[in-house]
Amino acid sequence: MSELKRFKLPDVGEGLTEAEIVKWHVAAGDAVEINQTIVEIETAKAVVELPCPFEGTVAELLVEEGATVDVGVPIIAVDVGGGEAGGEPGGTAAENAEALKEDLVPVPEEPGMTAPEEPKRQPVLVGYGVKPGATKRRARKAAPPPRPQPADGGRPLAKPPVRKMAKDLGVDLSAITGTGPEGSITRDDVRAAQRPAATPAQAPAAQADEERIPVKGVRKATAAAMVASAFTAPHVTEFLQVDVTRTMETVRRLRELPEFAEVKVSPLLLVAKALLTAVARTPAANAAWDGDAIVVRHRVNLGIAAATERGLVVPNVKDAHALSLPELAAALHRLAETARSGRASPADLTGGTITITNVGVFGVDAGTPILTPGEAAILAFGQVRDMPWVHEGELAVRRVTTLALSFDHRVMDGAEGSAVLRDVGAMLEDPIRMLAWN
Amino acid sequence: MTIDSVRGATGSGLEPELVQLLTPEGERVAHPDYPLDLTGDELRGLYRDLVIVRRVDREAVALTRQGELGLWASLLGQEAAQIGSGRALGPHDMVFPTYREHGVAWCRDVEPIKLLGLFRGVDHGGWDPAEHGFHLYTIVIGSQTLHAAGYAMGIQRDGVLGTDRAGAAIAYFGDGATSQGDVNEAFVFASVFNAPVVFFCQNNQWAISEPLEKQTRIPLYKRAQGYGFPGVRVDGNDVLACLAVTRKALREARDGQGPTLIEAFTYRMGAHTTTDDPTRYRLKAEEESWKLKDPIERLKAYLVRGEIADTAFLDEVEDEAKRVAADLRKACLELPDPGPEALFQHVYADPHPLVGEERERFAAYLASFEGATGE
Repeated sequence: MSELKRFKLPDVGEGLTEAEIVKWHVAAGDAVEINQTIVEIETAKAVVELPCPFEGTVAELLVEEGATVDVGVPIIAVDVGGGEAGGEPGGTAAENAEALKEDLVPVPEEPGMTAPEEPKRQPVLVGYGVKPGATKRRARKAAPPPRPQPADGGRPLAKPPVRKMAKDLGVDLSAITGTGPEGSITRDDVRAAQRPAATPAQAPAAQADEERIPVKGVRKATAAAMVASAFTAPHVTEFLQVDVTRTMETVRRLRELPEFAEVKVSPLLLVAKALLTAVARTPAANAAWDGDAIVVRHRVNLGIAAATERGLVVPNVKDAHALSLPELAAALHRLAETARSGRASPADLTGGTITITNVGVFGVDAGTPILTPGEAAILAFGQVRDMPWVHEGELAVRRVTTLALSFDHRVMDGAEGSAVLRDVGAMLEDPIRMLAWN
Repeated sequence: MTIDSVRGATGSGLEPELVQLLTPEGERVAHPDYPLDLTGDELRGLYRDLVIVRRVDREAVALTRQGELGLWASLLGQEAAQIGSGRALGPHDMVFPTYREHGVAWCRDVEPIKLLGLFRGVDHGGWDPAEHGFHLYTIVIGSQTLHAAGYAMGIQRDGVLGTDRAGAAIAYFGDGATSQGDVNEAFVFASVFNAPVVFFCQNNQWAISEPLEKQTRIPLYKRAQGYGFPGVRVDGNDVLACLAVTRKALREARDGQGPTLIEAFTYRMGAHTTTDDPTRYRLKAEEESWKLKDPIERLKAYLVRGEIADTAFLDEVEDEAKRVAADLRKACLELPDPGPEALFQHVYADPHPLVGEERERFAAYLASFEGATGE
């Protein structure tokens, strides 16, 4: 005999009303045990794993990943088999609450027939304070009639913070009729007095001043990855200004070569080549922190951060260290094209070992890049611009850029990080060095 | 963070002294001031306590995640501090806990299910404090230290100190509570009255999201000196050291020698409570480094290496812990919901006219819903 039990989304955080289903750890047909993790949910407070309250076989997942569901909505059905009859005595707290709700709340029977909506009471998150306007309590008894303010020029009743607020907002307290205890003037009274009479009509317009963009997809993944990275890897960022006049000249010369006729040659190509060469000289930059070990990788999958319509993605060129310069140019070109058109495959986006982010395309000099999770270094390449520069003992106008290298201080120390940055800088200053060091 | 970043600790160039009898690797070491000689049974008993309270704690966290409890403050990582000090207690001692002392409750024979009522919202604490020598959980931070100091002054006035009937009070609190005014007042009263109270601070490094350096610039145990009583720092993940240090402090208190501050240096491995997300404010690496100091693993290593316990014993404890957890789950789901009138029951010990009137009014209010179907 089979018996289905449904697990309703619990309030796991003292007053939460909803949660997003982030990831299911089980599928229909899987056997589950009591307390086995079945799903990750994200609430306003945290991502938490929910343990299964039943033992049996998963009959159905009732909610898809990515969906946001209200507390009390069943999210999974588990077939608990015929072993024990009866289920839990008394039902769960959530079920009881649900039953109570059903007793008290009239349910509209047809879609057309909706009950007048009462403002929903929002529970207060412990430690997060009351949302403005969240508590709309029905008054227990009629408010006492507002007492007329003293007309004899006495001070109107108001607490000091309210007086301060009125002063800040330029509101004359003596012109207000208080609605608070003993006819005192409240903050709301001051706010109401400040607003012109047409306030209600303006309220929606105020809403239109801002826009809420749901956080999902790439934005969400980026946010998660950046937070994970920033909070796990101790970042150090170093900066170096470099005269890249010769690099720019080299780029121009390369473009004229038949080998590069079919591909785009940009300064990024030489930055990439310089970084690959520097990594060969300082392998720690191409490493990863793995808890009890540092994993130094012998192959370089070079990630290039790309701004796309979907958001920031970091596809990588596999085995970039083994590519010739024309091959590298072609690979970078292909990578940019695929990423921009939103066709980067999961394989393109995973397995990177070190990253370049070309912040120069946004017209800025430098940034403090955050490491791609699982990597030890990231190089930011700023815009190239004409700058006064001391060149061969004289002030000259040169093409100058700023490089910024962030690295994971667990994996590398300042000496190694500096070596990488210095090497890249030296090669961009004089690209001939790439031949020498390759 | 570590205590190294606190000025008082590094300024002197000396590491604060930490009483330890069992290293994280499970090596038994001696300490001149804290000799401890335990039988095999006692050692195995401590191991059993540690494993069971951790399992009970895990079950309560799971029950919270399943919507069966409203909240739970996990003791994960602090088992040794609680079991070590809890097993040092005598029959006449009185415990004033916070809301996290599930291990101490276990030592005072408070059944785990009794702890759950409060967190399921069906009672205000389900045990008789006098029967167990274990006061109800205190949610307000630090106020129980005053209760303990006052209780200790009461013991003093009973004139039993130095006799067989002597007891001591012990107040549990965290590193964050040390910043509360109440704790300062409790220290002052205990000190000037020489009250028989032990202040047992579980310094778990985090007051919700605030690290220790936001509470103090010197090691916490050194504060005792300013009040005029001894302070000692003990390895809070070493159940033997916690036992020995607390025993000595309690004995001195019962003998009329006054209060002691014990700082059990430990780490909260989990969230502050089930509604907290520690990944927002602390580094994984810090948690990892404390995993190596796990209180249960080190005792297990010591027992096995010293052939004090065999695999059969360890398995048996594991099974027992599982049974206790299963029983706890079952009992939790069976906890009866209180009726609405329960609200009025424990306000006064004797009937009270005003409360009686309020109860009747509330009953009438509830009765007004009879047959109502909404507006």
